[in-house]
Amino acid sequence: MAYPYRDDRETTTLLSRYMGEPEARTLDGWLERGGYEALGMALEMKPDEITEIVKESGLRGRGGAGFPTGMKWGFMPKENGREHYLCCNADESEPGAFKDREIMRWTPHLMIEGCLIAARAIRAEHVYIYIRGEFFPVVRVLNQAVVEAYEAGYIGRSVLGSGWSCDITVHLGAGAYIAGEETGLMSSLMGGRAEPWMKPPFPAARGIFGAPTTVNNVETLASVPGIVANGSAWYRQWGSDKSPGTKLWCCSGHLVKPGNYELELGVPLSEIIYDVCGGAPDGRRVRAVIPGGSSTAFLTADELDCETTYEGMQAAGSALGTASPIVMDESTCLLSAMRRIAQFYAHESCGQCVQCREGTEWIAKILRRIEDGDGAMKDIDTLYDLCEQLTGRTICVLADSVVFPLRSSLDKFRDEYESHIQQDACTAK
Amino acid sequence: MSRRIHPSVAGAQPFQLAERDPEAPLFESAEGQERLQAVLSRYPTKRAALLPLLGYANELHGWVSTQDMESIAERLELTPAYVWSVASFYTMYNKHPTGRHFIQVCTNISCHLNGAQRVLERFLEETGTRPGETSEDGRHTVIEAECLGACGFATAVQINDEYHENVTPGRVPQILAGLDGNGS
Repeated sequence: MAYPYRDDRETTTLLSRYMGEPEARTLDGWLERGGYEALGMALEMKPDEITEIVKESGLRGRGGAGFPTGMKWGFMPKENGREHYLCCNADESEPGAFKDREIMRWTPHLMIEGCLIAARAIRAEHVYIYIRGEFFPVVRVLNQAVVEAYEAGYIGRSVLGSGWSCDITVHLGAGAYIAGEETGLMSSLMGGRAEPWMKPPFPAARGIFGAPTTVNNVETLASVPGIVANGSAWYRQWGSDKSPGTKLWCCSGHLVKPGNYELELGVPLSEIIYDVCGGAPDGRRVRAVIPGGSSTAFLTADELDCETTYEGMQAAGSALGTASPIVMDESTCLLSAMRRIAQFYAHESCGQCVQCREGTEWIAKILRRIEDGDGAMKDIDTLYDLCEQLTGRTICVLADSVVFPLRSSLDKFRDEYESHIQQDACTAK
Repeated sequence: MSRRIHPSVAGAQPFQLAERDPEAPLFESAEGQERLQAVLSRYPTKRAALLPLLGYANELHGWVSTQDMESIAERLELTPAYVWSVASFYTMYNKHPTGRHFIQVCTNISCHLNGAQRVLERFLEETGTRPGETSEDGRHTVIEAECLGACGFATAVQINDEYHENVTPGRVPQILAGLDGNGS
C-alpha cells in the first residue's frame, strides 16, 4: 500500500502531514513529530475545559452527519459515579470513503491521542475502537500502535502518571455497513446484530452497557490533538464560520489523480475535481458527481461550483457527507451506476423496518430490469413513489441514503432512464 | 502461535488467513484459554465477547462451524440459536469452508466505474470457479464483495488478510501466481 498522489499545491495539512512516512507509525517516530504533547496539555486541564476548547473550535463530526463535536461531548453527564464510554467509529464503510483507513494506517498514534483526549473530556475510562473487519492490514498497524502506547504508559493505569486511567480496546467488525451507524455500532459492540435503535434514548444518556456513551468518527478524533494544543482560534483560521478547519477528501471514480487530499473546508468542488484531481482521464468530460459518498445526491457537471462546507453543499442540493466525491465521466451509464448503488443498500439493509428491507430490494430489482431492457415508463413513477415511501419512516437513515442519489438521478438524468426504457439504449458516450 | 497477545487487541486479530487448522480445538488449548480470558477481560458483559470469539474461530479454522458456535454459546452463556442469529448477520464469518486463498473482489460503485466486473470475471475464469464456489484443488474461492474502503485505488481486491489495489484484468494471472509462490 503506497500513498498514491500528493496535492502539489500549497495546502494546509493538519491531518495528512505525515502520511506516507512509515516512521510516523511508531511511537518513537510519532514522539519525534511532536506526538502526545497535546495529551500532556489535556491532562493538565479539567475535562470541561477541553470540551470548551473543542466547542469554540467549531469542529463538526466527520462521519457524515456533521454534528458539532464539543456540543456532543457536552451532553455527557458530569457526575463520576458511573462508567462512561467512548466509541471510536472506525467502521468506515460508506462507498467512496477511504480517509479513516489512511489516518489509521499512517498515523495511528494521532487517532489514539485524540481518543485519549476525548475520553478525558467526557470522563470515560474505556475507549472501544470499532474498526471494520475488512481492514486487516490497517488493524495490524493500529494494534501495534495501541500495544506500544500501553507499554510506554500512554494508555492504561494512571496515564503518564496523572492518576487518571484509561483503557483502549480494539474491536473488530465483520462486514456490516450498518454497524457504522452509531446505534448500530453500539448494538454490534455489545454482541448483537448491528441493528440501530430509536433515539431517544440518546447515547449520552444510555449507550453501550446502559452507560453514557459518546461515539466519534476517526477523523473527528484525529482533529482534536491539534485543536487542544493550538487553541480554537488557530483552528478557525481555516474553513468557514459554520464549517471550520480542514477535511480529508476521498476522490474516486473517473479521475486522473484519484486519492486522498486534505483541504481547507470551503474550496469550490470544481477546484477539487479539476485542479487537484486533474478531472476525468483521456480528455473525457465529467458527467455527474456524487460529492459526499454514495448516500448523497447527484450533482451535474454544471453544479460543481459549490462551496465545500456543510452549509454550502446543502445549499447546492446535496451534502458534504464524508467528503468523498465519486466522479463519473461521459462514458458512464448512470443507470448502471445507480443500480450498483441500490444493490449495495439492498444488501446492507438490516431488515428491521419493512420500508427499508422491502423498498431497497424493489429499487434494485426495478433498476436491474430497466438495465436489462425490460423497463416500462411506469417504472419511473414507481421509483418516485418508493422515494416517498422510504424517506423519514425508518429507525435509521439507511433507507433515506438510497433515496438521495436515486431521486436526484431521476430528476437530473431522466433522459438516461427514458432512453433505456424506450430504446434499450444508453445516453453515455 | 505461542506469542502472547496483548489483551487490548486480543479480540481484534485478522481472521481470514491462508494458514488455518480446521481440526484445532477452539478453547481446549492453552492458546484458546488465553484468548478467551483476554477477550472476556475487556468487556463488562460476556455477550460482548461474541464477535471477537466468532472472529477467533474463523481465524483458527478458516470458517465458523455449528460446533464452534455451540462452544462459544456455552462459554458465553448464550443459546446456540442466538449465536447463529448474530453470526448470520455478518458476512465476514464464513459459514462454510473456503479455498485457501479467499478472494474478494469489490464491485461497488468506484470499482464498478473502473472495470471491477471484468476483474471479477477474470478471477473466475482463471480459477475455473463460479462465485462462492471453491476450486477443485481447494486453492481458491472467489466472491463479489461490497465496498472494501479503497475507492481511490480501484479495483480493490482482498485476498485473505491482504489488499491488492489498482487491479486490472491483466494483472489477475500474476496475482494468482504470486499467491501460490507464497503458499506452502
